[in-house]
Amino acid sequence: MQPSLLSSILFATIVAGTPLIITAVGELVTEKSGVLNLGAEGIMSMGAVAAFAVTVHTGNPILGILAGMVAGMGMGLIFAVAALTFMANQVASGLALSIFGVGLSAFIGKPYESQTLPSVAAWNVPGLHKIPLLGHAFFEHQGLVYFSWALLGAVAWFLYRSRLGLVLRAVGEAPVAAHSVGYNVVRIRYVAVIFGGAMAGIGGAFLSVFYTPLWVEGMVAGRGWIALALVVFATWRPARVMVGAYLFGGCMITQMFVQGSGIQLNIPSQFLSALPYAATIIVLVIISHNKNTIRLNSPASLGQPFSPEA
Amino acid sequence: MWLKFEQRPEPSRLMRYLSPLLAVGLMVASGMLLFHLLGKSPVEGFKVFFLNPIQDKYGIAELFLKATPLILCAVGLAVGFRGNIWNIGAEGQLLIGALAGGGLALHFHDTSSLLLLPAMIIAGALGGMFWAAIPAWLKTRFNANEILTSLMLVYIAELIVSWLVHGPWMDPDGFNFPQTRLFQAKATMPILVAGTRVNAGLLIAIGALIAGWIFMNRSFMGYQMKVAGQAENAGRYAGFSARRTVWIGMLVGGAMAGIAGVAEIAGPVGQITEHISPGYGFAAMIVAFVGRLDPIGIFFSGLLMALLYLGGEQAQQYLALPYSISKVFQGLLLFFLLCSDVFITHRIRWKK
Repeated sequence: MQPSLLSSILFATIVAGTPLIITAVGELVTEKSGVLNLGAEGIMSMGAVAAFAVTVHTGNPILGILAGMVAGMGMGLIFAVAALTFMANQVASGLALSIFGVGLSAFIGKPYESQTLPSVAAWNVPGLHKIPLLGHAFFEHQGLVYFSWALLGAVAWFLYRSRLGLVLRAVGEAPVAAHSVGYNVVRIRYVAVIFGGAMAGIGGAFLSVFYTPLWVEGMVAGRGWIALALVVFATWRPARVMVGAYLFGGCMITQMFVQGSGIQLNIPSQFLSALPYAATIIVLVIISHNKNTIRLNSPASLGQPFSPEA
Repeated sequence: MWLKFEQRPEPSRLMRYLSPLLAVGLMVASGMLLFHLLGKSPVEGFKVFFLNPIQDKYGIAELFLKATPLILCAVGLAVGFRGNIWNIGAEGQLLIGALAGGGLALHFHDTSSLLLLPAMIIAGALGGMFWAAIPAWLKTRFNANEILTSLMLVYIAELIVSWLVHGPWMDPDGFNFPQTRLFQAKATMPILVAGTRVNAGLLIAIGALIAGWIFMNRSFMGYQMKVAGQAENAGRYAGFSARRTVWIGMLVGGAMAGIAGVAEIAGPVGQITEHISPGYGFAAMIVAFVGRLDPIGIFFSGLLMALLYLGGEQAQQYLALPYSISKVFQGLLLFFLLCSDVFITHRIRWKK
């Protein structure tokens, strides 16, 4: 049966939102620990290229995802060393990571440019995928889409229902107090940053192995930055990350559907392509407008270096 | 943990100047390691990357040519960075500046007026300022994070350029290539040294360095920016307007980036294409940091960064390495600098 247009739009929205969810949830955990890592764009790029290269050589997309994850963890580690051990300015270190990651991924990926991979088969959820309309939209996806949902649930549970999550949040809100009751703030932040890196790496891997199974320089195309904006949009709450990610996913696929539908619009394609970026700005404005929402929800020590001696 | 940092009683002035040198040293060392890992001779790699580009007059002129947009953007960004205004959208401001100046050049294609080039430069500055004013306004009016908004505007600017060169501004005699017609002589920067491509844009960059130095070190407003950046509360108590800091930081950055855009299209590029800038706006952030947010430092770090671009071209040609190796070096340099900076305020203590 041919899926209906609405069903297809929902389906594509979810797919487009998936790398954003994975990356943004990772960043959310990082930021909850009080560390602002602006390197998501660079980490995703490295994750994408590592995953693509490994999948090309092994033919195994699972190994590809793992490679993307490991690359992301490595990038997170580099950032953590700079920002946590060397106490470098987090904003500047994050920018450095982005520039470095985008550059290095282009360098590594050169031999793979213009190669493609066979697309990864979807995994239909038994039973559920037969539901009319919603079945195709929600339950005929590639594995990482389900992973993004599980991740959201797990992180929400971890942050608000587990003891370790409480510690993580305490480290982000009041590192000095957490330190004085015996928690190793720097070590906890290291873990949070590396986790964030791992997720951004998987987010990138999704792009190059699942979403568009190819590697081209610049293919992350700002999604890392959009994921950062999503965390603000979500006011640091996991469930809202999902809403935001699908909102952006919808924005990104609008142009494809408009262009593919044969509707003759008098709009240059570039204007449609600019939609997600413009939407990011608009959404940021709407959310940031109320200073209290941001101040009350963002981790109190976000972006501030912590030295156990001071 | 084997190494620990111990706070110095006061920041080391010596390390403030040594840390960029240390960063450069580490970058070169890791670059040579990279060459080795890629199966190239590190010494040969070093020669090709760092020495080849500047072995003759033409090469040195190219160095200054490449440094021009980097220095221009970096001086403007440094003004903002000093006030903790994180404008990371210089690349977009450069492009919109190029469109503003280039639009003028296309519109007055037949004029023989000597005013065309100055008008293009002013238009470029205004164009860049306009693009920077958007995040400034969103920040001051709606509290929206300028890092994200200015960056999003880079992508939008790129798409506007792409639309214009594929559509309304496409050269009618250009065999459908996505580019505008070539600018006429009056719309291009005069060449400074015959036989090279280095042009009057360099003089503008040097003028910007001097103006930037005066603004940062000799003007009250520059002082306000610095105080606001280093100690936000102190700035507030002294009655310095945070709003004004944002506006000045963003607008100066935008104006300089816009001029850099005109310097490119009226200089080496000679028309508007989709490839006006190989990421100058981003590299300029590294130039600003490595130059210690100081005009004199920016001059030298601008030359260094230009060398990395040229070295990348050489590595592509003689070592068959992708051009993006330049960006790897750029990123490494910034990392090493940020990490070396810890030695300004701390010293190492080794633990067993």
